[in-house]
Amino acid sequence: MTATEIPPESTTNPSDDAKVKVLPSVSVRFCGDSGDGMQLTGSHFTDEVALAGNDFSTAPDFPAEIRAPRGTTFGVSGYQVQFASSEIHTPGDLVNALVAMNPAGFKTNLEYVEPGGIVIVNEDEFTKSNLKKCGYEDGYNPLDDEVINASYKICKVPMSRLTRESLVREEEDISVKDIDRCRNMFALGIISWLYSREIDSTIAKLQHYFGKIKNKPEIAALNERAIKAGYYFGETAEFFPSQYEVAPAKLKAGEYRRISGNEAIVLGLTTASTKMHTPLVYASYPITPASDVLHGLARLKQFEIRTFQAEDEIAAVMIAIGASFAGLLGVTGTSGPGLALKSEAIGLAVMMELPLIVVNIQRAGPSTGMPTKTEQSDLLQTMFGRPGECPVIVVAASSPGNCFHMAIEAVRLSVRAMCPVIFLSEGGLGNAAEPWLIPDISTIPDIVVKRPAVTDEDYLPYKRDAVTGGRPWATPGTPGLEHRVGGLEKQDGTGDVSYDHENHALMTKYRAEKITKLQEVIPEIEVAGDSDTLILGWGGTRGSILTATTMLQERDINVATAHLHYINPFPKNLGEVLKQYKTIIIPEMNSGQLAMLIRSKFLVDATSICNLHGRSFFADELANEIEVAMNGGEA
Amino acid sequence: MTDVALPTYKAKDFASDQDVRWCPGCGDYAVLTAMKKMAANLGPKKEDFVFVSGIGCAARFPYYMDTYGAHSIHGRAPAFATGVKIANPELEIFLVSGDGDLLSIGGNHTMHALRRNIDINIVLLNNKIYGLTKGQYSPTSEVGKVTNSTPYGSLDEPLNPITLALASGGTFVARSFDVDVKGLTSLIHRGAKHKGTSFIEVYQDCNVFNHQTWFYATQKDSRAENTVALEQGKPLIFGEQNDKGIRRSGDTVEIVTLGDEFSEADLLVHDESNLAQAFLLSQLYHPEFPEPIGVFYIDDSRPSYDDQLFEQIHEVVESKGEGDLQKLITGSNTWTVE
Repeated sequence: MTATEIPPESTTNPSDDAKVKVLPSVSVRFCGDSGDGMQLTGSHFTDEVALAGNDFSTAPDFPAEIRAPRGTTFGVSGYQVQFASSEIHTPGDLVNALVAMNPAGFKTNLEYVEPGGIVIVNEDEFTKSNLKKCGYEDGYNPLDDEVINASYKICKVPMSRLTRESLVREEEDISVKDIDRCRNMFALGIISWLYSREIDSTIAKLQHYFGKIKNKPEIAALNERAIKAGYYFGETAEFFPSQYEVAPAKLKAGEYRRISGNEAIVLGLTTASTKMHTPLVYASYPITPASDVLHGLARLKQFEIRTFQAEDEIAAVMIAIGASFAGLLGVTGTSGPGLALKSEAIGLAVMMELPLIVVNIQRAGPSTGMPTKTEQSDLLQTMFGRPGECPVIVVAASSPGNCFHMAIEAVRLSVRAMCPVIFLSEGGLGNAAEPWLIPDISTIPDIVVKRPAVTDEDYLPYKRDAVTGGRPWATPGTPGLEHRVGGLEKQDGTGDVSYDHENHALMTKYRAEKITKLQEVIPEIEVAGDSDTLILGWGGTRGSILTATTMLQERDINVATAHLHYINPFPKNLGEVLKQYKTIIIPEMNSGQLAMLIRSKFLVDATSICNLHGRSFFADELANEIEVAMNGGEA
Repeated sequence: MTDVALPTYKAKDFASDQDVRWCPGCGDYAVLTAMKKMAANLGPKKEDFVFVSGIGCAARFPYYMDTYGAHSIHGRAPAFATGVKIANPELEIFLVSGDGDLLSIGGNHTMHALRRNIDINIVLLNNKIYGLTKGQYSPTSEVGKVTNSTPYGSLDEPLNPITLALASGGTFVARSFDVDVKGLTSLIHRGAKHKGTSFIEVYQDCNVFNHQTWFYATQKDSRAENTVALEQGKPLIFGEQNDKGIRRSGDTVEIVTLGDEFSEADLLVHDESNLAQAFLLSQLYHPEFPEPIGVFYIDDSRPSYDDQLFEQIHEVVESKGEGDLQKLITGSNTWTVE
């Protein structure tokens, strides 16, 4: 959202300085070379706004290259954070302030700055050779460009020089390299002053990390000096038109932490495993942007979690299925290309009728596509990308924090129906972070696993539960229940291999029906707002849709919104709900995949708004497109 | 293991109620017989056995054992078996599959199971042909193999399962053949007792698509001349009259006739712990050499993957204590909204 200035007297002014202006929300983007520590800088700043009580939403924007040649445009790493005094759902469209540590960052990120926005650059890096490296014409320096200077408030700060001057001590023997590495903290100091955020907590963290964990107190001291120097620079340099403040948000009372989507998945799966009293086996093959889930779970051996870095995607899912066959909770995680590799094995789990969670953190495709960019383009692959009639349960998370809840839901549904679940998240959710009201674990219900008893004389491997349609989960080591499962079609009841035509039709029906039966235990879809136009979303577009809806309200346009977290099965009431609306608009980060499902399933007309940019919808752009769609396509 | 008396089994206790559907005369029948005999005497209870397979004729194996079993998908059985083992290390896991399954589509997983030394037992039924898909050449077929898919002869060099297993870090690598039920039974038994991956290549006759391909090595009238038994600490002697031996010759080996010129003392003595020698022996091919049968190599010193995994989990629990979920969820960086 674009920040609008509110007169200082309208809210509490935290500073005596009359020059402090209070804003309802601010978005800031840090960018620089991938070695400049921009993710860390953004992360520290986010902690500062969190402690100040703001709501916030963050999004990193980094290249797939680990260390691209210094100073090149493709090596630029960015981190955007929006913080506000009210509830927000996105990291913001165009930012109010950009920090560019080098010309390449400046060049690639200027387009994300609002007109008239503040752009703080490390002037020292705008050298002839650096400008050339990122493709500026010889003799041209964008900082001297009149158009650019007229369009933005360009603040040229010689950060390299100032950092050196403030850090060098004659009596100390510190390398220039170590000093230069602190430039990001100098920049953080400036931004912290500009937006009136306390730096004490960041200093404490730097002391802890460098001083205690890394045992380099001298580096901790340098970083502390750098952030303070930046802060004091902001205070004394009179560089900026004003200092700004964003009041605390009125969030629900309680204890909060910051959480990213991938962290939430780690916590959700761990909670699910604990709640079903069954250890978790997480087998995965490293893939962007899902690897952090493997990293997170690998540290949790004290929760009996067994992680396994497999030789490939197929092995990973097979190990998870093997673990489920043996009675544990088998989980694998991947992104789109990996899901394609796993598809045959997921079919095996469908046939074996075993619980299995496949976490798919979608990225922009096809093929290798853009691994670090976000998209929602695996929906149809998730629904149908397997040989044969091969339905699986599909759930999708709508925010970083929601990944926690949906991971638990995925496990609950999988165990109940004895069927694989594909849990859809997105790169944009996985890496984004928001405040999260810490749940009280004791309020989360157990996930009940019914294992057939040794004494069950009626036991048959494929005898279904009348209510759930699931088969019994008898596990190796249980005497008397020895049985064989496999990918070949099963005889109803006995599970023996069968090529019988009638039986195949019956089993195909059963495999689909038990998923439909889950409609009884998933929440109905809820609609917010009163209008004859419904904006129907799924997954990570929720934040953009909510923000766009608020923007539309400001234009006196009312829409109703509903968001799908369960895609197979759909909520039981979805068809009825859709019938009530004259216009149904489905925004998604693909070419209209949910719209295709909705149209075919419910025979309703639905208008797609498609975003194929490999980034989240800008709320402003989405609001405009919704308005156009409501006008029957006329702008 | 507890002191409770274990049930005693007979081989037939391990026969499932399913009709065996291999072609009459298939070498797989003998392996099934050997397996049931082995299982009856191995020690674990019936419910603790798991048979896993991929796809192919041999991969039907689990259906015929009255144990827990999983007939998985093509090539991926080693991964499935790995998942079962890390879920429940108490289980005794056998992976029975063919040369196409384990060396072609599943070559990658076979290699990785071996290098990890996960405690499973791989029995590779090598018939040098694709049977279930009706007779295409396999990764172990000889060059020039004429099949439906190679009417002018296959071009690719065959893969040697034993060499592959040794190179992959296998810690129990052996070879047997289908009709030697007694030898096979004891070899699989020995492999099962080995902690870590045991890998046994079984020369197996596909009497429909590749009949008699192994007969030089498996039939009574030719076996003695064309194979050499590997026995720990014993010289490599073979031949109808036990009159030939294998002697080291520079970097390789040669066949010598025992008598005036050479005695047993000149021969290579089998040493199951000698990897270089095992590799050399794996390179002996018919008809130039007798093909070795028995255990090529054992390394009992390497811990299995699963033992290490549970050791690691144990150490973490010891040092960190059992996980406190609420503490984990809360994390170390929180703030309170009033």
